[in-house]
Amino acid sequence: MNPAIAHDEHHDQPPRGLARWLFTTNHKDIGLLYLIFGLTMFLVGGLLAMLIRVELFEPGLQILKPELYNQLITLHGLVMVFAALMPVTTGLANYLIPLMIGAPDMALPRLNNWGFWLLTPAALLLLAPFGLELMGIGNGPIDTGWTIYAPLSVQSGLGVDFAILAVLLLGASSLLSSINIIVTIFNMRTPGMRLMKMPIFVWSWLMTAFLLVAVFPVLVGGAAMLLADRHFGTSFFSAAGGGDPVLWQHLFWFFGHPEVYILLLPTAGILPHILSTFARKPIYGYRAQVYSYWAIGVLSVIVWAHHMFTSGMPLGAQLYFMYSTMAISIPVAVLFFCWIGTLWRGAITFETPMLFAIGYIVLFGLGGLTGLVLADAVADQQYHNTYFLVAHFHYTLFGGPIMGVIAAAYFYLPKITGRMYNERIGQWHFWLTMIGFNITFMSQFFVGLAGMPRRVPDYALQFADLNMMSSLGAFILGASQLLFVYNIVTTWRGTRDKVTDRVWEGAQGLEFTVSSPPPYHTFTEQPVVA
Amino acid sequence: MLKLRQLILLLACAVSSIAYAHNPFEFETPVTPVAEETLHVHDLFLGIIGVLFVLSVMILFYALYKHRKSRGYQPASFTGPHGRKQWLFAILPFLALVFIDFVVMGIPAYHAAVAMANTQEDAQLVIKVTGSQWKWQYEYPDQGLKFYSNLSTPPDELQGRAPKGEHYLLEVDHPLVLPVGEKVRILLASTDVIHAWWVPPFGVKQDAVPGFLRETWVKIDKPGVYRGQCAELCGVGHAYMPIVVEAKNQTDFQQWLAQAKAAQAAEAVASQKSNFTRAELLAMGKKVFDTNCAACHQANGLGIAGVFPPIAAGKPFSATPTLLADLTARGFYENGKIVLGPIKNHLGIVLHGVPGTSMPAFGAQLSDAEIAAVVTYERNSFGNQTGDLVEPTEAKIRRAAP
Amino acid sequence: MQPPAPLRATRNRRLMWLLLAISAGFFGFGFALVPLYNTFCELTGLNGKTGGPVTAAALSGRPADTSRWVTVEFTSTVMPGLPGRFQPQYRRLRVHPGDIINAVYLAQNLSGQVLNSQAVMSVTPEIAARYFKKIDCFCFKHQALAPGMTRSMPLSFFVSPELPAEVHTITLSYAFFRVS
Repeated sequence: MNPAIAHDEHHDQPPRGLARWLFTTNHKDIGLLYLIFGLTMFLVGGLLAMLIRVELFEPGLQILKPELYNQLITLHGLVMVFAALMPVTTGLANYLIPLMIGAPDMALPRLNNWGFWLLTPAALLLLAPFGLELMGIGNGPIDTGWTIYAPLSVQSGLGVDFAILAVLLLGASSLLSSINIIVTIFNMRTPGMRLMKMPIFVWSWLMTAFLLVAVFPVLVGGAAMLLADRHFGTSFFSAAGGGDPVLWQHLFWFFGHPEVYILLLPTAGILPHILSTFARKPIYGYRAQVYSYWAIGVLSVIVWAHHMFTSGMPLGAQLYFMYSTMAISIPVAVLFFCWIGTLWRGAITFETPMLFAIGYIVLFGLGGLTGLVLADAVADQQYHNTYFLVAHFHYTLFGGPIMGVIAAAYFYLPKITGRMYNERIGQWHFWLTMIGFNITFMSQFFVGLAGMPRRVPDYALQFADLNMMSSLGAFILGASQLLFVYNIVTTWRGTRDKVTDRVWEGAQGLEFTVSSPPPYHTFTEQPVVA
Repeated sequence: MLKLRQLILLLACAVSSIAYAHNPFEFETPVTPVAEETLHVHDLFLGIIGVLFVLSVMILFYALYKHRKSRGYQPASFTGPHGRKQWLFAILPFLALVFIDFVVMGIPAYHAAVAMANTQEDAQLVIKVTGSQWKWQYEYPDQGLKFYSNLSTPPDELQGRAPKGEHYLLEVDHPLVLPVGEKVRILLASTDVIHAWWVPPFGVKQDAVPGFLRETWVKIDKPGVYRGQCAELCGVGHAYMPIVVEAKNQTDFQQWLAQAKAAQAAEAVASQKSNFTRAELLAMGKKVFDTNCAACHQANGLGIAGVFPPIAAGKPFSATPTLLADLTARGFYENGKIVLGPIKNHLGIVLHGVPGTSMPAFGAQLSDAEIAAVVTYERNSFGNQTGDLVEPTEAKIRRAAP
Repeated sequence: MQPPAPLRATRNRRLMWLLLAISAGFFGFGFALVPLYNTFCELTGLNGKTGGPVTAAALSGRPADTSRWVTVEFTSTVMPGLPGRFQPQYRRLRVHPGDIINAVYLAQNLSGQVLNSQAVMSVTPEIAARYFKKIDCFCFKHQALAPGMTRSMPLSFFVSPELPAEVHTITLSYAFFRVS
């Protein structure tokens, strides 16, 4: 054998033990770290949700006091958004982007390592106040809702400080990842892969990374101001000192609205890959979808105050934010059109990733359409801060990104592990998720219309039946995720059937030209594409 | 296709029969012009998105059904529209969507927004609503009437020790009373954090921001009792500060106004009275305690471990070192247990609150007599047997020295 | 053909620094939003902010617009921790836009210590706020009240004749905060 190749193969073995994971700069290792971390935090966030739904099963206070309830709902939001969904989409980016563009690794591998290892302390900071409370320090974690509105957040206990520090670390981590992703995409594509030839998932993450670089720093700034108001005598958000509580809302939502598209775009980008594979048809409307990502990105930055319609907004501003928000429906509709266009006249099969992809289209479609309703500044008086809103954002955030990452997980699990997951259990997971999810959140649309506000541990009697139904759905939804974990773990163990490089009959892309699992180092010599 | 529609209808019926005898796709029955207009806009928008959703799902499911490998369908390879007809097919839905968004939905939305911002018509009555943690205060500035509105659901119901009444969590001791058929301007303020005043049948929800004034308006069509809740998370009592509005016709409203002012005047006189009997103080004190204190300190005065101190001497309590240090300094904490400190300090806690904790200042809300009564009640209940009788003058003196 | 590794590393690092600079820029933008927001609110009157003092000269000698009346209502909110009574002397005044009006708030210190307070003004409806011009206001600085003292606090203002025609009533509120 050629000694050069033998030498390479020797270097192809990763180091052993804990040191490997602590110091790795390998994009696949780091991708896996993000994915496993995100999955774990998803289960933590889900557990918080189960506790919430147990309390809301019936009127009255059963297992939680209002203080703890407010902490749980806040943590549920912060954990799901920042500690679960964002790390998972970042993990997909790290694992897949170099493979998809034929690059040996990310552009800045050491930065990549730092980006991940900032996450664990951040998550610990969010949850640590629970432990401190047991030791008699402080009153537990942050309890202001994930939106951390002032002046409640200026007045609240130690948990807010921990949350602010967590946000600073999470911001740093996201920023490092985003910068890495942008540099990788611009500078490391294999020869011949022009921008408009990149896999569409890569485009969606490019847009996501641009948004992150622009808006996360604004949240960090706002969080710093909040810390200053709490401890250094400033009055950014206090009228007494010439400040304004509503300023926090502007700062937060200036970040917060693009954030939901940051959560959405990566899975919107992976969806065409999955649809195209299982329809055995090329992606429809590649260019249109890329332009839509741009339109969504730009629009997302100028519509933030539709979260603030009841904060005291003059007519002109109401009209502007209403119309600009409704405009976002156009590029999103383009995406839907192209997704359906990809399926149309294909030869479709219904493996688990495809089922979740179809579920994505239906559930996110419903959620997004209710966004059009919420955009009406006047009707929003009735929806804002009710369960109608809660249902809307769960249909869009779970129905979209979560379904999307689950679809991506099933889609790429065989590639990553070299083994096929259990298809039957995957199908059970899908159907139970769909049933559980819809029972949980469809009830919430109706209970919100009936007049139930959000962020309450107890409610009036006329909301009882719908809440019980929602809780039952939630228990089904929660339990069915265990099937997912079981499937991943048993597939990982490596006792099931091996898969080929291509894995799926209709799969396209450079990632499906390497072995399953891929070697530790891939594309050390970059392929040339037409 | 028919099956899908039937399924949706069936589901809607099932849900509505469970929810309550009212269209579950709609808000509560509107009783103001703004609420009616809002409902129409809502119905229109919901109808449109319903149609869009069903159409899209039908197209999707058609493809999933027809274009299956198992039916032997051969995959096509197009990646975009080809030819004029296909381009038209592709562009048309988006033109339709633009039209739907900005014309079909956009124009009624514009009219509703303009109506809601109505500053043209002058209001005949002005009400000032002030949100606090965790109650509302209503003021009729031109009539010189001012009162607090607290949740009146009994602690036993809240704790699950008694069956819940019909208006559980939606009842108050002093509702806001408004006249029917008159435009009422509502000013909103807050004394601490952001609250939101929301009454679904009125179709208005507006934030109450501390340090700033907001306004909205209502014109109620018919008499009745209308209930709403605070709609912005404001701390642990967020679910416990409902809004109840009684709308009366003009004559009844004037009558109520006169009665309320008379009662306010009488109470002002009564609170000047000095020699209350023990029985009077205890009775008044219990009422005040149940309304204002029991939510946190519990009806039995035992508080919540680690959070709200018991008001019972000899009971153990532990919490943050800061809180314990403060209680010790006031003479209410010793050796891990609560003790009853001097009356002066007890009054101080109730009047001025404990800064940095959830204990608010009740000085603004309660009269000297009520403060004296509740302190008397506390010092002679929950196992306490101090025999103390606190007179309103003592509260008045302590009020002047925060 | 891909550029050689060292050149690629340089290009990567350069782009990284550029992106870091852009995020630092946005961080600064977040802080810049604070004064930007205040200025924007004062210019447009959004949020009920009425801006700093103006002189009577701002009226440029124009006579008052006697063809219309505007009702100005006065209200107050006493914030927690303030043992005092703060009330407007007049509940409402009818004024012509352009008239210079002197209104009064009465402040009473109910406690036995010196009371330092700061009043924050807010005007509604928001479209009227920037037409409400303060010439002299006790809200421009902290006010100190001796124990038990009652004092009249003056406010001198005019409503600009440019006030939109559809506004007939302006409500002015002070929130009184305790300051140390």
